[in-house]
Amino acid sequence: MFSTRNFNRSKPVLFILILFPSLLWAYQFVTGNLGVNPIEKLMDELGLMALRLIIITLMITTLSNIKPLKSIVVLRRMIGLFAFYYVCLHFSTYIVLDHFLDMQFIIQDIIKRPFITFGFISFLFLIPLASTSTNNMIKRLGFKLWKKIHYLIYPVAILASMHFYVLVRADKTEPVIYMGIIILLLLHRIFKRLTRPQLAQ
Amino acid sequence: MKILGSEITPYKTYLNRRKFIKGSLASTMLATVTSSAFANHDSDLSIYTKNLNENDKLNSYEEITTYNNFYEFGTHKKHPHLNSGNFKPRPWTIKIDGLVKKPQTFDLEKILSNVTIEDRVYRLRCVEAWSMVIPWQGFQLSELIKMAEPLSSAKYVQFVTVFRPEEMPGQQKRTIIWPYREGLRMDEAMNPLTILATGLYGHEMPNQNGAPIRLVVPWKYGFKSIKSIVEIRFLDTQPETSWETLAPWEYGFYANVNPNVNHPRWSQGTERRIGEFKRRETLMFNGYEEEVAHLYKDLDLTKFY
Repeated sequence: MFSTRNFNRSKPVLFILILFPSLLWAYQFVTGNLGVNPIEKLMDELGLMALRLIIITLMITTLSNIKPLKSIVVLRRMIGLFAFYYVCLHFSTYIVLDHFLDMQFIIQDIIKRPFITFGFISFLFLIPLASTSTNNMIKRLGFKLWKKIHYLIYPVAILASMHFYVLVRADKTEPVIYMGIIILLLLHRIFKRLTRPQLAQ
Repeated sequence: MKILGSEITPYKTYLNRRKFIKGSLASTMLATVTSSAFANHDSDLSIYTKNLNENDKLNSYEEITTYNNFYEFGTHKKHPHLNSGNFKPRPWTIKIDGLVKKPQTFDLEKILSNVTIEDRVYRLRCVEAWSMVIPWQGFQLSELIKMAEPLSSAKYVQFVTVFRPEEMPGQQKRTIIWPYREGLRMDEAMNPLTILATGLYGHEMPNQNGAPIRLVVPWKYGFKSIKSIVEIRFLDTQPETSWETLAPWEYGFYANVNPNVNHPRWSQGTERRIGEFKRRETLMFNGYEEEVAHLYKDLDLTKFY
């Protein structure tokens, strides 16, 4: 049931499912159905979606440690690239719709406001991940180096959840849940490393 | 700069007008369901628009009543509109205590029969860098302060919001320390711009906007304008206020709208007027510099933000 083939077969459906919200929000934005403050709403939805997708990619790696679910890892690249897609939309909403390309203001905003700094660095770290995602790039870089680059997903996830945590004024339940999940997933990886037989010797 | 819309209406006329508006609401409700809920306000918009500043446009009743920060009903902007249906704003009393001649509890109806209800169209600037233009009905806080007869030792006024977790679902969670508290310096409280609002767009104050009575201090960030007030206390020391207690590095006691003093999370230089696409420049004291700047001439506003 959880064969590589079946996971590969589910990809087109997943693709549409994950793409759909962005199309819906764009449609609602254009038709004036995103509420009273549509730019804020659009930015929040896109950002939240990106953060959730980042966390899902981390979960996939953990799940793939469970023998019968080993093949789930074939979904990781697509979901990771979708995370980047949503981050790009989130960031362009901020640049274009929210601040109308007022670069002087935006640069000040990124430097001065810690939560924007976190979000921006997180975005920058995602760029090398997305641009080395092809099979060809893995070959060219060699798996070891490629894997090292992709450890960047950890600071990406931590910074993105901090970006959300600082933004919320009160009732930080939701960002704390995301941070908790990220920490658990990281702890699991550390635990796995420490208990690896060849390292224990 | 002129004070926006300050047409003085005797309370009786105001009540009559309210009846008229209610009547027209009932008839339009029958006609069409979709647009009727808010249609009545268009019947005589000139009441509010004639004194409007040329750069300002009234926000719609829908915008004002569906996009609110009122954490007593939940932390999302939609929550107050969706979760405030069970709140009962009548009967209502306000307790007056602290440094006053005689502590007492006023019935809201009694207060209202002793004051002059006016229309006041004010800009409201939220610390989150969005803003609206709202036609309030209310009376000057100074009128109530005179009724309360504070002692000369009273230097500050503290306000407390009602605590009813069974009617206000947001209060069942400790997102902030309930009940919500705010405060003003006595001269700020006595300023003619400072009002206690009991209605908007000619309606009784909607639950999500702070029924039945709320403060409006138009030159300060929105969180100073405390809603659903049940207690007013006169003090000789600066009172603790909710947001300042929660995050003193972000929110000060004064909280004057000031484009030159930044907040760690939002630049205060610009704002988005709800309903507009491009941001606009934020004005010093939210554009009420002429009326209130003198209150702060000896104060370092970067320190006392």
